[in-house]
Amino acid sequence: MSTPIRPDEPVLKGPQTYTSITEKVGAIAFQPNGLLWFVAFAGSLLLTLLFMAGIGELFTNGVGIWGINIPVAWGFALINYVWWIAIGMAGTFISGALYLTRQKWRSSLNRYAEAMTVFAVAVSGLFPIFHLGRPFFFYWVAFYPNRMALWPQWRSSLVWDFLAIVAYLLVSIMFWYVGMLPDLGSLRDQARTRGKQIFYGLLALGWRGEARHWKRFETLNLLLAGLAVPLVFSVHSMVALDFSEGAVPGWHSTMFPPFFVAGAFFSGFAMALVLGIPMRRWLGLGDIITPRHLDNLAKMMLAAGLFVAYNYAVEFFMAFYSGDPYEITEVKDRLVGPYAWVFWTVVFCNVLTPQWLWSPRIRRNTVALFVISLLVLIGMWFERFMLIINSLFRPYLPSSFGMFYPTVWDLIFLFGSVGLFLWLFTLFVRWLPIVATFEMRKLIHELKEPG
Amino acid sequence: MAKQAQRYGCMAFFETPESLVDAVRALRQAGYASIEAYTPFPVEALDEALGLAHTGVPLATFVGGAIGFVGMLVMQYIAAVLDYPERVGGRPFASWPAFIPAALEMTFLLAAAGGVLAMLVGNRLPKFYHAVFNVERFERVSQDQFALVVRLEEGNTARLRELLQGLHALQVDEVPA
Repeated sequence: MSTPIRPDEPVLKGPQTYTSITEKVGAIAFQPNGLLWFVAFAGSLLLTLLFMAGIGELFTNGVGIWGINIPVAWGFALINYVWWIAIGMAGTFISGALYLTRQKWRSSLNRYAEAMTVFAVAVSGLFPIFHLGRPFFFYWVAFYPNRMALWPQWRSSLVWDFLAIVAYLLVSIMFWYVGMLPDLGSLRDQARTRGKQIFYGLLALGWRGEARHWKRFETLNLLLAGLAVPLVFSVHSMVALDFSEGAVPGWHSTMFPPFFVAGAFFSGFAMALVLGIPMRRWLGLGDIITPRHLDNLAKMMLAAGLFVAYNYAVEFFMAFYSGDPYEITEVKDRLVGPYAWVFWTVVFCNVLTPQWLWSPRIRRNTVALFVISLLVLIGMWFERFMLIINSLFRPYLPSSFGMFYPTVWDLIFLFGSVGLFLWLFTLFVRWLPIVATFEMRKLIHELKEPG
Repeated sequence: MAKQAQRYGCMAFFETPESLVDAVRALRQAGYASIEAYTPFPVEALDEALGLAHTGVPLATFVGGAIGFVGMLVMQYIAAVLDYPERVGGRPFASWPAFIPAALEMTFLLAAAGGVLAMLVGNRLPKFYHAVFNVERFERVSQDQFALVVRLEEGNTARLRELLQGLHALQVDEVPA
């Protein structure tokens, strides 16, 4: 039986020194491949290859391989897109907002959370491209001098969204990579084989840790954190505006941006837990990612979940308050329509399940936390299914009513994208510094001499 | 003199950041102006001890962001008003509220890019060879030790060595150029 967590639970366990923390994280990058890692690598690679096969089929035969049609023209591609980009949000939030508020517990988590962001946004960005009828023309949405003398439609939320994804992906990569430079330098100096010395040496760009380096580095980190927080809110608001701009019952609402941002943090914290719990167990990071971290993440997830639940309630209220028959029909369909099972899955996963997190006992139980986080991720995927499919399948004209049935290719794209994400993550775990060791050293220094 | 500019300087290692900071202060008082301090994590007290000036990173971030914001608004104006005016839903050509989102995203992107560029250029990175890497023990500095380098390209190091020993340096090395 586990005991409830104490408020003074340490953010770093055991007598840690600069050396021990450096070697512990370094050892993960230098140790031989474990069987468990290889299983994760091979399994996710297999799914990634399946994803590639799906992409090949899509590019050959077009979006008709999916279950989409009129009236439901936005299917899994859009669901997956919103789901993935949302997962990225919490990573940036952990690095940015917790840095600005000087939370000591951030240092153990920010590196892998940022990696999670970069991979999730990269995977997410693929789906709008796949969804295009002619994916090879995706760059037409960008602005560049062209022989057709055309400009993008600046008033369209799709153009805003394109710019938001591009900006978010590039800023996330910069934040992640620049923050990694000192640790890459550390790995370069720990490496004992020539190949690894060159590999990490090139990546570290010659980082020396001089006081002037650090000063610019710290200033930049602070500025990037300050930029990242509003960026996160703006990006997911743009995603929401893709829907809000459409005159579709259930979408046409000013509530969508904050609602989407809350949902993004909800699923992002869930993914941070789903990745963090196995990492801490199998990579022996229990001293660095302590129960305190899991507890804090769980609390953040609960807070975001409550906000999401509140939004569900307000959506129902607003539909009836508006008196619009189409809006009312849409929410009634949620409750008892053909997709009611989706709504009730969402309620179970996103509203009821997280209530367990009120209990400190549950927050400390890693298995329970892992299961709850998985359910939240599943629930958030179905929430996007509900928002997209349930609003589209019964448009204004009853003659246009129609159901959406996914095909096997839809499933391949969903699970394939999960595979690609996990594959990138297994490579990250193997090759790059998964904990910001320079921040941990700073933390050890601060803990030693408070004030 | 036969041996000329053969040396980059003198490197001394320290156990703790505090002893490093004290040593930097003492050396500056002794009249050594060109000092570099190397640490495995940012030590704020060093900024003051070394008398480091402003970095230029905030300015570059601001300039990048300003270019992103103003540039994107100007481009949208040129595109939607001058080059290719097109009525959409009876809205004005210069419908500036709709131009804000794109300008906002480019502000974030170019501000971040400006800051990163200023950090790399200011730190002269990438730079794969540097004299300090010639000292074997320097590899500990990215892990758990603290070092300083006093630039001294010629002349006798005896006085400096003595001074550094007195400041509790663990080891003093000459850094070949």
